[in-house]
Amino acid sequence: MNVSMVVNGEACEIEAAPNALLVDVLRQTLRLTGVHVGCDTSQCGACTVRMNGRAVKACTVLAAQADGSEVTTIEGLGAPGALHPLQAAFQETHGLQCGFCTPGMIMSALDLIESGERLDEAKVRAGLDGNFCRCTGYHNIVKAVLLAAGANA
Amino acid sequence: MNAIIGQPIRRREDIRFITGRGRYTDDIAVAGQTYAVFARSPYARAKIRGIDKASAKALAGVIEVFTGADLAAGGIGTLPCGWLVKSTDGSDMKVAPRPPLAIEQVNFVGEPYAVVIAATAAAAKAGAEALEADLEELPAQAALATAMEGVQIHDGIEKNLSFHWSIGDQAKTDAALKAASHITTLTFANNRLIPNAIEPRACVAVYDAAADEITLTTTSQNPHVERLILTAFLNLAPEHKLRVISPDVGGGFGSKIFVYPEETAVAWAARALNRPIKWTADRSEAFLSDAHGRDHLTTAELGMDANGTFLGLRVKTRANLGAYLSTFGSAVPTYLYATLLAGQYKTPAIYAEVDGVYTNTAPVDAYRGAGRPEATYVVERIVEAAAREMKIDPVEIRRRNVIREFPYETPVALVYDIGDYEQSLARALKLADVAGFPARRVAAEARGMKRGLGYACYIEACGLAPSKIAISLGGGVGLFESGEIRVNPTGSVTAFTGSHSHGQGHETTFAQVVASKLGIPMDQVEVVHGDTGRMEYGLGTYGSRSLAVGGSALVRSAEKIIAKGKLISAHMMETTPDEVEFDEGVFTARGTNKKMTFGEVAFAAYVPANYPEGLEPGLSEKSFYDPVNWTYPAGTHIAEVEIDPETGVVEVVAFTAVDDFGEIINPMIVEGQVHGGVAQGIGQALLEHGIYDDDGQLLTGSYMDYAMPRADDLPSFKVETTVTPCTHNPLGAKGCGEAGAIGAPAAVMNAVTDALGREDVAMPATPERVWRALQGV
Amino acid sequence: MQDCAYHRPGNLADAVSLRRGGGGSAYLAGGMTLIPTMKQGLAQPDALVDLAGLNELVGCRLESGALVIGAMTRHAAVAQSSVVEGAIPALAALAGQIGDRQVRNRGTLGGSLANSDPAADYPAAVIGLGATIRTDRREIAADDYFKGLFETALDEGELIREVAFPIPARAAYRKFPHPASRFAIVGVFVADFGSGRVRVGVTGAGPCAFRPVSIEQALAARLDPAALGGVAIDSSQFNSDLAASAAFRAQLVRVMAKRAVQDLLS
Repeated sequence: MNVSMVVNGEACEIEAAPNALLVDVLRQTLRLTGVHVGCDTSQCGACTVRMNGRAVKACTVLAAQADGSEVTTIEGLGAPGALHPLQAAFQETHGLQCGFCTPGMIMSALDLIESGERLDEAKVRAGLDGNFCRCTGYHNIVKAVLLAAGANA
Repeated sequence: MNAIIGQPIRRREDIRFITGRGRYTDDIAVAGQTYAVFARSPYARAKIRGIDKASAKALAGVIEVFTGADLAAGGIGTLPCGWLVKSTDGSDMKVAPRPPLAIEQVNFVGEPYAVVIAATAAAAKAGAEALEADLEELPAQAALATAMEGVQIHDGIEKNLSFHWSIGDQAKTDAALKAASHITTLTFANNRLIPNAIEPRACVAVYDAAADEITLTTTSQNPHVERLILTAFLNLAPEHKLRVISPDVGGGFGSKIFVYPEETAVAWAARALNRPIKWTADRSEAFLSDAHGRDHLTTAELGMDANGTFLGLRVKTRANLGAYLSTFGSAVPTYLYATLLAGQYKTPAIYAEVDGVYTNTAPVDAYRGAGRPEATYVVERIVEAAAREMKIDPVEIRRRNVIREFPYETPVALVYDIGDYEQSLARALKLADVAGFPARRVAAEARGMKRGLGYACYIEACGLAPSKIAISLGGGVGLFESGEIRVNPTGSVTAFTGSHSHGQGHETTFAQVVASKLGIPMDQVEVVHGDTGRMEYGLGTYGSRSLAVGGSALVRSAEKIIAKGKLISAHMMETTPDEVEFDEGVFTARGTNKKMTFGEVAFAAYVPANYPEGLEPGLSEKSFYDPVNWTYPAGTHIAEVEIDPETGVVEVVAFTAVDDFGEIINPMIVEGQVHGGVAQGIGQALLEHGIYDDDGQLLTGSYMDYAMPRADDLPSFKVETTVTPCTHNPLGAKGCGEAGAIGAPAAVMNAVTDALGREDVAMPATPERVWRALQGV
Repeated sequence: MQDCAYHRPGNLADAVSLRRGGGGSAYLAGGMTLIPTMKQGLAQPDALVDLAGLNELVGCRLESGALVIGAMTRHAAVAQSSVVEGAIPALAALAGQIGDRQVRNRGTLGGSLANSDPAADYPAAVIGLGATIRTDRREIAADDYFKGLFETALDEGELIREVAFPIPARAAYRKFPHPASRFAIVGVFVADFGSGRVRVGVTGAGPCAFRPVSIEQALAARLDPAALGGVAIDSSQFNSDLAASAAFRAQLVRVMAKRAVQDLLS
């Protein structure tokens, strides 16, 4: 079937099977390989992208469901030299190590920050309940999100 | 130079990761690539009576099916264990042959017996599902506790016993325990863990028919070792006809050290079919087929005199090897475990026996800490329990027994070169505000909560390893590391290391080392790793060895560069090399105003007009650094927990780590390593448990059942370091990658048992276990 | 995943008729259970009828003593709705504890109830509040809705339109999450409708959500955490698994109920 999306600000039309997952279309068809796959039971959050402004797990959304949507992946957030404040905060606080969970973590954190909730450490920890990181123990991720949230306030 | 070393310089590799530009194995797309999916055993033990390929090959898109017999016919050998352990009777460990694809019998759920290659991933999956295999289920032995009495898994390996190994002086230890006025005895399990790097294992194999060369891109922590094993032991290709690339790798924690069946089969099939093949594990496969960690049953006895002075420690451990010996499966519960049983203490007599046994479960191998968390758990749990039994403060009993003089030779074969254990203990006591704990406990009780405090004063052996010693103990390879520095004509530098970063930040840390040694800006240094086609050799990254061994190799190469630079500059400045001083990137002729920058010397080396007679042009040096000893990071971790007695929920309310890693190049990265290790250690203590049922089915085979620590399961950590520089490597560095996972389980469980007032609580201390302990059952 | 057709109808009538057309078809709401189940091959619908185009099923409104939530209202929207917060804050709090952030951004009330996972959160509130499930063809009382493990009173092809939650004087929800999946090992919803009328809904403990009689009786007599101290809980039908035995679940039901009452009174 034909799927039309605006991905990272650019309109695109692609052909996808009705049962194709959004994550596969993003990674394989559009080659947006910053979207990662870390599990097959919808827990790890490495595939998190924003769909119509909300963080979703692209492994648990069909491309067909995204037809007509705006999708933002990590590639659409900021680029070297023009980093989004959240990306910059992750580097500044050493909020990543192997980098594999990082794109999903950043997209979730963006959702959290833009929810408008007043954030403290506990709220950031609770708010990242949909993302696993195995490297950082979350310590510096929490710092990154709080730093970026402050920068946005 | 000091402007770079010791500074929390932000990581250069982050830019690609935070913008989605990282390149992990599964991100690679090769023109014409096909896909592999493995057919895996649903049974813990079964005879393979036949495999009918036709059912799979009939499906659209399926290109070929290979079985273990095909690989064997193609000359592929069995997956080796790289460390030969000998039993106490002098016999070699018993090794069950492990063909990459099972041929006659499968021995754990998830063991692959065939691979389907297809044009798409979906077709390959459909093919693997359609493949008809006649598997005759056999009785299985999954439980460790009964493994020596149960069904014999492998022909010729009685009692499922691979080795009965021991270390230390048995007679002396028995005598010490006999003379003891008090013996503390503990029996406990060190729970099986599943490593769960967030990037699943993957590989892409491409065969170049013109060059007759295979390029295998894979999620390996040590590409050269991968190549060595695939060629020397599995006969995949001549070593020079296989290139192994480890691109960005999404975490390893040990699980990506090993050579696995999948990349072996895929690389072989890519050549057999002359097509590129990609395989990416899904998480369910990872749970079943990645090597697991830990899984010990141990009884320990600590004998003391009336003052709590340790006299002897006797330890008996049954270690689960899984169904086969994985790459380092024999070394982990022996040389990486029992050699650490002295801990930080002067216990004069130690004897440990280890039974390495097979079970019908996934192979068990190194996982972050690899043996040392198990040893620390034994020592620190029993020391804490002994203090409680003797009614001596747990800090005091440690002070009465702590090692203060170095070098110190332990009764279990190690020589600690340096340390100051009391310093890190004292600092940790302050940082954790242990003095304020009684008041916090009272306040918690007023809220109906139980509060506990626990210590772990650990030591580890890192920076592996002195090659001669390692090989004399059964190691199959040297454990040196290579480092090469190529100075380009413009004076910029490309540094090649044989170690590999999969999160550790070598591109930054090693650039700090090289830039500081050569006195050039960091942005003039590029660090390259992870490709057998680009660097000469390497042993890879594990055991907290990269900086201590790999960094030292680069230091040695930098020293050679400077030495040659002195020859060149001396000639050009019309003086002798011993009259040239090098500082901050400038060669100066002593007592004159003549100087040459590093860049000028580099240029001269490549445009050798005014150049020393007989000296080769060029400026490129390499070193193989072989350490003379292990390094011994040590420290004190303190956990403080609160327990909800109604639900059994344990909350880690504070965690303090004060570690001595020797000299530190980048404290930001070091702290990050501690955080991650502590999180995994808390995960082991409270959440994570790989559980098989008696039929050998993995009950915790997904994130629905295997509890990975999330952000809200953990506190922020208080982390500091103390420094006693390693005495035997040029950086004074000891290594920091595993300390958190080593100290945390014992610290947390000491806190839990302190809060509960009883010792017999098993890891992980789940809510139900804790609640039951509180009910007195 | 097995091949399947995909439809996204724009109104309820079309949705129901598309669903009727295919024997093996399935409604797709948020997909938070259906898609993972399809990925595992445990569900193999030959057509999906995506309800995302049914705007009439989205939203929260008040209606003569009841809070009505459309079946396609996502958990995050319920958690953040000022209407819900004003009427039944415990329900907003419950929605905010479902799954995780990304799941709450996709999962829906109707999807959760139609699936009737034994460990889902919403069923506790539906039972605890005595809600009415309004479908394309009838109204079903909460007490008649949950029939067993993944079993409901819904007929083949019947579609939940919305759920009417009676507004209590006060209510609270307490959840003991599974450490791995974050589903409820036990969740207890307690609602006080005044004049001694207390309803309690329990999820996670049994094959489907249910009313714990002994707890309701104790609280009807005395709405106080202390009233639950000695209450007997029959755990003979409780789930028992790696995370919690039936006996431990009984303890958690008691403790979560007690804490919900504490919350409700504070």
